[in-house]
Amino acid sequence: MAKVMFKRPAALTDKQFHYCPGCTHGIIHRLVAEVIDEMGIRDHTVGVCPVGCSVFAYDYFNMDMFQAAHGRAPAVATGIKRTLPDRMVFTYQGDGDLASIGTAEIVHAAARGEKITTVFVNNAVYGMTGGQMAPTTLPGQKTTTTPKGREKEAAGLPVKISEMLSTLDGAVYVARVSVHDPKHITQAKKAIRKAFEVQQAGLGFSLVEVLSTCPTNWGLSPKESLKWLADNMLPYYPLGVYKEPAEVK
Amino acid sequence: MSKVLMKGNEAIGEGAIRAGCRHFFGYPITPQSELPHYLAKRMPEVGGVFLQAESETSSINMVYGAAGTGFRVLTSSSSPGLSLMQEGISYLAGAELPCVIVNVMRGGPGLGSIAPAQSDYFQAVKGGGHGDYKLIVLAPASVQEIIDLMQVAFDLGDKYRTPVMLVGDGILGQMMEPVELADEVTLPEITAKPWAAGGLKGRETPNIINSLYIVPEDCEKLNHRLFAKYEAIATEETRWEEYRLADAEIVLTGFGTAARIAKSVVDKARAEGIKAGLIRPITLWPFPSKVYAKAAEQAQRFLCVEMSMGQMIEDVKLAVNGKKPVHFYGRSGGMVPLAKDVLAEVKKIMAGGDE
Amino acid sequence: MATVSFREDRCKGCELCITVCPEKIIVLADHINAMGFHPAAVVEMDKCKGCAMCARMCPDVVIEVVKEEKQA
Repeated sequence: MAKVMFKRPAALTDKQFHYCPGCTHGIIHRLVAEVIDEMGIRDHTVGVCPVGCSVFAYDYFNMDMFQAAHGRAPAVATGIKRTLPDRMVFTYQGDGDLASIGTAEIVHAAARGEKITTVFVNNAVYGMTGGQMAPTTLPGQKTTTTPKGREKEAAGLPVKISEMLSTLDGAVYVARVSVHDPKHITQAKKAIRKAFEVQQAGLGFSLVEVLSTCPTNWGLSPKESLKWLADNMLPYYPLGVYKEPAEVK
Repeated sequence: MSKVLMKGNEAIGEGAIRAGCRHFFGYPITPQSELPHYLAKRMPEVGGVFLQAESETSSINMVYGAAGTGFRVLTSSSSPGLSLMQEGISYLAGAELPCVIVNVMRGGPGLGSIAPAQSDYFQAVKGGGHGDYKLIVLAPASVQEIIDLMQVAFDLGDKYRTPVMLVGDGILGQMMEPVELADEVTLPEITAKPWAAGGLKGRETPNIINSLYIVPEDCEKLNHRLFAKYEAIATEETRWEEYRLADAEIVLTGFGTAARIAKSVVDKARAEGIKAGLIRPITLWPFPSKVYAKAAEQAQRFLCVEMSMGQMIEDVKLAVNGKKPVHFYGRSGGMVPLAKDVLAEVKKIMAGGDE
Repeated sequence: MATVSFREDRCKGCELCITVCPEKIIVLADHINAMGFHPAAVVEMDKCKGCAMCARMCPDVVIEVVKEEKQA
């Protein structure tokens, strides 16, 4: 008997990702799609993609999609959810989009307990625009706008979104995960599933922060990037469930 | 039908509800606050949604989300808030999403004043946000017309898949006038929106709400498509009011509150033997240029009255196209022209004192 | 016994599958695909246990894994 151990999820279209070789955006897209398939919700799920590397996510997710202005995805998702409360609505946003230009939108969507799910991809750098400093760039990390490394005096310190949002009563599920090896990928998928379940149960706002790589702008090979993430990002951005409602524990 | 006394800002809200709008997203700002106050009470009564957003930037993006699922949706603000919304308005135009945006204008620039003004004319009709696009811009001059034009605004938005703006000012927003209202609130028929992205629900091909056209050839195609639509709107939907125009030697013109003042001046001037008339654009875009061009054959002079330093006058001059002189009388920063001052200006112009 | 198949034309040769394969049976092929990358390939398929770690790690959803299960 042949058993399919792994195949492309139906919630992804057949379009080829435009991401650079080894960029873990593709893994995260796939995890979201697998969760949607496994929950059987593709027919009534609406996604909102951001500005940044994942701007074309509307071509990859096989469902109704919105492309939002930079940082505004949580507001757009709010508009969708308030017209169609029975739909599952998610945003997929990078660190520049969510943690810089879109901080107001994400904070207030969370504070309102908006029943949406946010997948927040943190790779500590701006990808699409050419490797500039992100709000999540680590202290000392070299980027095209911090050529000597991010200095506290000039450029401040990183924003820790999961920690910050978990202080809000409306945010009921907040977790930080990583995709730098298969074990963590499995954990990441569980967290994404839980976030969607929290939305389905109508409990409030849910967010999963996913630590991700950017080989191109980190100036490393894909393999080295996985190690850089583990060595540098994990200590600064501790993984774990920051908040979890009793109903889904 | 019943006659009821309503405030302009409340009429915007009731007009929206009568037009089938059940979703409002907005952020507080003077002088339009009576509208969100009204809808905060009224929306729940009709099973609708009132949401106070964290900013105008968010309001307009909530509108984007709600419009994209195919619902009739409203936001409202005043001048500085509209500046914040321009990004979202450009996206709405690019993604061809119908919605209604209200600007109860106040004095500017900057934080300006909270008194009535018309100095966002350029912002409303010339783009405001980035890129090649236009909005349908409606300018009511009475509370009854607010009610009537809210229905028109939603219908035109849906018909052409385009954002529609309704502009007023603090006077229109806060004055009370009797309006005719149907006793029953009935949901109007809203045309199906097969492009809406509210979940597949059995549909095979996903719908995508998007304004990104990364290939320049595709982006140019979008703009050609938009402008073909704008041409159709200009042909079909231009609205204006003419008053005592047929034999007018001087044509006063203005929109909204300024037009009301100008209209009273027409009567005062006629009483003093000056043949005055009025053109009042109801759609600021599309602008009723042909009406001015025709009037320029007969009339000797034009006087544009605005509550600004002179913005609509540029469109009047383009329409008159140098055939006759176009004069200007305006007050700005929240000041309102007085009829006696406009009349004095008319007399001065007709006496040739302005040459 | 398991079969791993790659959509070779879509492989960007990032080597992440190679990094995680517990049997170390994935290599980059000598030839290049239409995009100009050396695509990943399994050299000793009989050693594959069908764990699908490669597929889970692949950022481009290039890999499909089918496992032959023993009859009960």
